[in-house]
Amino acid sequence: MPAPTPVVELRDVSKVYLPTTRGGAEVVAIDKVSLTIDAGDVYGIIGYSGAGKSTLVRLVNALERSTSGEILINGTDIARLPERELRPVRLGIGMIFQQFNLLGSRSVAANVAYPLEVAGQSKETRRARVAEMLDFVGLGDKAGAYPDQLSGGQKQRVGIARALASQPGILLADEATSALDPETTSEVLDLLGRVNKEFGVTIIVITHEMDVIQTLATKVAVMDQGRVIERGDVFDVFSNPQQAASARFVSTVVKGLPSSSELAVLRRRHPGRLVTLAFRDSSVDQARVFGEFVSAGVTFEVVYGGINEIQGRSFGHLTLALATPGATDAAADAAIDAALDRVRTLTTVTEVR
Amino acid sequence: MDSLIDLLPELWIAAGETLYIVGLTLFFGGIGGLLVGLGLYLTRAGSILENRGVFVVLNLLVNIVRPIPFIIFLAAAQPLARTVVGTGIGNAAIIFTISLAASFAMGRIVEQNLLTVTPGVIEAARSVGAGPIRIIFTVLLPEALGPLILGYTFIFVALVDMSAVAGYVGGGGLGNFALLYGYRQFNPVVTWAAVLLIIVLVQLVQFLGNWLARKAFRR
Repeated sequence: MPAPTPVVELRDVSKVYLPTTRGGAEVVAIDKVSLTIDAGDVYGIIGYSGAGKSTLVRLVNALERSTSGEILINGTDIARLPERELRPVRLGIGMIFQQFNLLGSRSVAANVAYPLEVAGQSKETRRARVAEMLDFVGLGDKAGAYPDQLSGGQKQRVGIARALASQPGILLADEATSALDPETTSEVLDLLGRVNKEFGVTIIVITHEMDVIQTLATKVAVMDQGRVIERGDVFDVFSNPQQAASARFVSTVVKGLPSSSELAVLRRRHPGRLVTLAFRDSSVDQARVFGEFVSAGVTFEVVYGGINEIQGRSFGHLTLALATPGATDAAADAAIDAALDRVRTLTTVTEVR
Repeated sequence: MDSLIDLLPELWIAAGETLYIVGLTLFFGGIGGLLVGLGLYLTRAGSILENRGVFVVLNLLVNIVRPIPFIIFLAAAQPLARTVVGTGIGNAAIIFTISLAASFAMGRIVEQNLLTVTPGVIEAARSVGAGPIRIIFTVLLPEALGPLILGYTFIFVALVDMSAVAGYVGGGGLGNFALLYGYRQFNPVVTWAAVLLIIVLVQLVQFLGNWLARKAFRR
């Protein structure tokens, strides 16, 4: 297998805003970030608002200029390029926005044609390419409409058609679905998936919506306070986050260990022992785990948790309330301990108290 | 009333002169205002041609010129008019001076109109590689067209207002007509005829401006 080619590479990139008032403090928006994005990746960048995601993605097409570090686009460092020389670079990088940012004074077709005008392409080329792109996003019949006449989802489709008109190899998506309802979001995500697969476009998505990452991204970086605190395959980061901030973020969509307030509720209803078991892909045989409880005479009830799927692989945490009907307290504890010892050889067990 | 009928030819000439003065000052002042407004907008902090020095100077200039009552500005700018258009009196001088004052007044209005354009749209244009000149002509001005038309309609009334004092430096127009034949000859009917004509003119232009702006907004 050939080594993947990086199309975007950030090396020790920082972005520092000078103090706005005399004697004020500098604001470090991006703090020595290094990131490699390979051709064909759908790279998700997640984090709470203010973490620096938007700034980071704008460094890639130099809408924001970095303070230090190197930004390599297809091997060329653009960090110190003057504004005039950025035009060819930007034509190779499409961008879509949360608020779509369509030109209200132009028809849908003229919006899609805009990057081609900037690129100096002939009228015939533009017309053909616009028709092709509008067909691709399923808006062939809306060419003459104006953005005001479109729904949010349609506007974002126009945004995608415009971003791809100049046939860029990279697409930046800045919270592209955050202003859309869930159904429209999944349509737009499907479309972005096709962009990646059919055109081979490398996509960088910034989002605070985890389902965007779950359905679209192959790799993910978690940002916190201007730094990338964790990165890797989406499955690895989601199923086993290493950093506290990542774990907090992941827990907003994936139920892991019950929080203390949830635990208090569970305790009231289940006075016996509670354990949380981690299930991770095929490495844990669920049937065998439950079999151990059954053969030890321990009954169990799933009281919390869930199993999630990312890219065809499943993972999750299940919290069980355990009981041994008919046994004395001491005997019950011993039976449960014995069962848990055997389960521990199969998966991670956390006793929750 | 009889005297008004006698003065009708003069009234029409005066109306023609007002249209002439206002038309030319709308043209020159409009261009001047567009340049001042673009200058203010483009050089302000965070904009595409951010330049603190230019912004501060332009901003100060606008703030100095705008509050001066026009009749005083007319007198103060007379030497400048003499230098630029070769005369300090008559329609040429009044057209120059109104255009100058209107450039600064209009500049502020243009700046405010341009600020209604969503910054994201400009960012989108930058993201496909558009430079400042292209952004001005393909994004900023078309996107702000509706408000700009209303802004120019607004300034039209100010121009009619300023042209009324043209008589002080030997210019013509309805203002001069009303002063000369109405006020000074104690003939309010004549004054009111000029007022009526100005009202009709302003109404027509406002109607036209609203109609054009609606077309620009609807698209």
